[in-house]
Amino acid sequence: MTLLANILIDGIAYGMVLFIISVGLSITLGLMRFVNLAHGAFAMTGGYLAAWLVGAQGWPFGWGLLAAVVLTGLLGAVLEALVLRRLYRRSELEQVLFTIGLTFLFVATANLLAGPEVQLIPLPAWLKTPVDLGIRTLPAQRLLVIAAGLAVLALSALVLGRSRFGIWLRATVDNTGAAAALGIPVKWVYAATFGVGAALAGLGGILGAELMPLEPYYPIKYLVLVLVVVAVGGMGSITGSAVAALALGTIETASKYLASDWGSLFFFLSMALFLAWRPQGLLVARRA
Amino acid sequence: MTSLSLHAPPLWRQVLPYAALLGLALLIYFVFPDQLPMAARIAALAIFVMSLDLVVGYGGLATLGHSAMYGVGAYAAGLLATHLTGNPLLGLLAGACAGAVLALLSGLFLLRYEGLTFLMLTIAISQIAQNLASKLRQWTGGDDGLSGFTIQKILGLASFDLQGRVAFVYCFAVMFICLWLMRRLMASPFGLACVGIHQNRQRMAALGTRIRWQLLKLYTIAGAFAGISGALAAQVAQIVGLDSLGFELSAEALVMLVLGGAGNLWGALVGTVVFASIHHWASTLNPYHWLFIIGGMLVTMVLVPRERWGQALSRRLQLFRRAAAPSGASS
Repeated sequence: MTLLANILIDGIAYGMVLFIISVGLSITLGLMRFVNLAHGAFAMTGGYLAAWLVGAQGWPFGWGLLAAVVLTGLLGAVLEALVLRRLYRRSELEQVLFTIGLTFLFVATANLLAGPEVQLIPLPAWLKTPVDLGIRTLPAQRLLVIAAGLAVLALSALVLGRSRFGIWLRATVDNTGAAAALGIPVKWVYAATFGVGAALAGLGGILGAELMPLEPYYPIKYLVLVLVVVAVGGMGSITGSAVAALALGTIETASKYLASDWGSLFFFLSMALFLAWRPQGLLVARRA
Repeated sequence: MTSLSLHAPPLWRQVLPYAALLGLALLIYFVFPDQLPMAARIAALAIFVMSLDLVVGYGGLATLGHSAMYGVGAYAAGLLATHLTGNPLLGLLAGACAGAVLALLSGLFLLRYEGLTFLMLTIAISQIAQNLASKLRQWTGGDDGLSGFTIQKILGLASFDLQGRVAFVYCFAVMFICLWLMRRLMASPFGLACVGIHQNRQRMAALGTRIRWQLLKLYTIAGAFAGISGALAAQVAQIVGLDSLGFELSAEALVMLVLGGAGNLWGALVGTVVFASIHHWASTLNPYHWLFIIGGMLVTMVLVPRERWGQALSRRLQLFRRAAAPSGASS
């Protein structure tokens, strides 16, 4: 019983981190049809910035986190406006190659600036204190991760469903040309969406630093994980990504607890099964 | 992407590139004998990149899991030498069979999907293979790798020497034959059908081509060649590691392929040689700084497409343009 609770709590926390990181990728893939393998690099950037601001500069955790997330978002928006925008019309293979190259550049830069060691984000006292849930005590940090995941899910659903920006975004996803003809600032929507996606990846990188340690190879190591979540969840489907992230996160955690010597076998096996069952995404019915 | 001409070029122009390649090999053998071990590795790797070219360049299937077939071929050759016989040619055969069987079985499942789903599933297949190899430690040696097998004399004539002379001749000969076979294959009606599928699936389906069957054939053949490449590398290095199944190998091979130009087997060969040479030269650097180079190469290659380089080059060398003009039926 305790084992089951452990698996569930850790799995959900892990899944929430995966979800927060992959939301942005899911939207860019759905919106711009842009295969961005450099998405994990934004998560790493957020984590590194937070580690630098909180650790070396001595900022309070909350402010450091906020600044790191905003800066990562800005970096994403600038990159989109300057370079990535030119690649939307290119073939899938070219996008894959470019963003792999970009990832390598991020890895090398991270090593150049901070060295090959694992970066730690010092947690404030209120996040280290264990919280008693009745079944088990767990660090407040886990609770923060789960809460943040739920908040991102709720907020993005609200923004997409209710706000003016959400309407623009959905219109642009459905038909960019028509949306532009109707006066929607399509380019601005692209840059803003990309920036928000990068910022969320940064948030995920910071919150998940305990589960996915920050090191220069971070973007390559966790790239596949994030891509799997997006592919299984369905491109552009936020709820799909959440379901996929929670399911895969729990499966990965369970296999770590129960069958650690099999590595990530069950993770990829379940991914293959999910994709075979619903190639368009978990919540999308197969197109006829 | 691939230029097709209905009229076969004259014989001397068909033979010329092979002769040049042979000349290059002789040059390396006699003038740079201390580079032979590296040249042997490059030759083995080139087969892998060419087999990737069949899938990516000709078939138009973006894959990041091609190393699965390479690794399986390498393990097959290593296991054969450990448990049954050290005959090198039988080892190559075992590698080819293992690669082809894995490609056939995974292709039956993979080729039902397209685009990103296909890409992700190829990654999944190679990751599953890698995790299995890591788990089956009593067979594969797990993290330590499979080693301690010996390879018999090649054709009963010569055994591997320390200077790597025999290894180079062996690898180069196998690569030469594989290159010739693949070139012949892709110039056949089957190869043209694959290029057609790449260019327009609907039209080829309307013309009566059985798309999935042709692609499955292509994928299986490419798997066999990838298996040969893995087996060859395993025999020369006499060790097989888990990284031979890994994601990084697939990604690097893709870089080499695009560097030289996909959809043309000579391009795959050139790309492998260029990439491996830069890697060799940069191996004295910090491995992280190496990532600056390869990352920079990738980014520039996409931003400044190879066609534009080619055009600039051919404008300089009028000769090339003249030669290309008559056969101008390019896609």
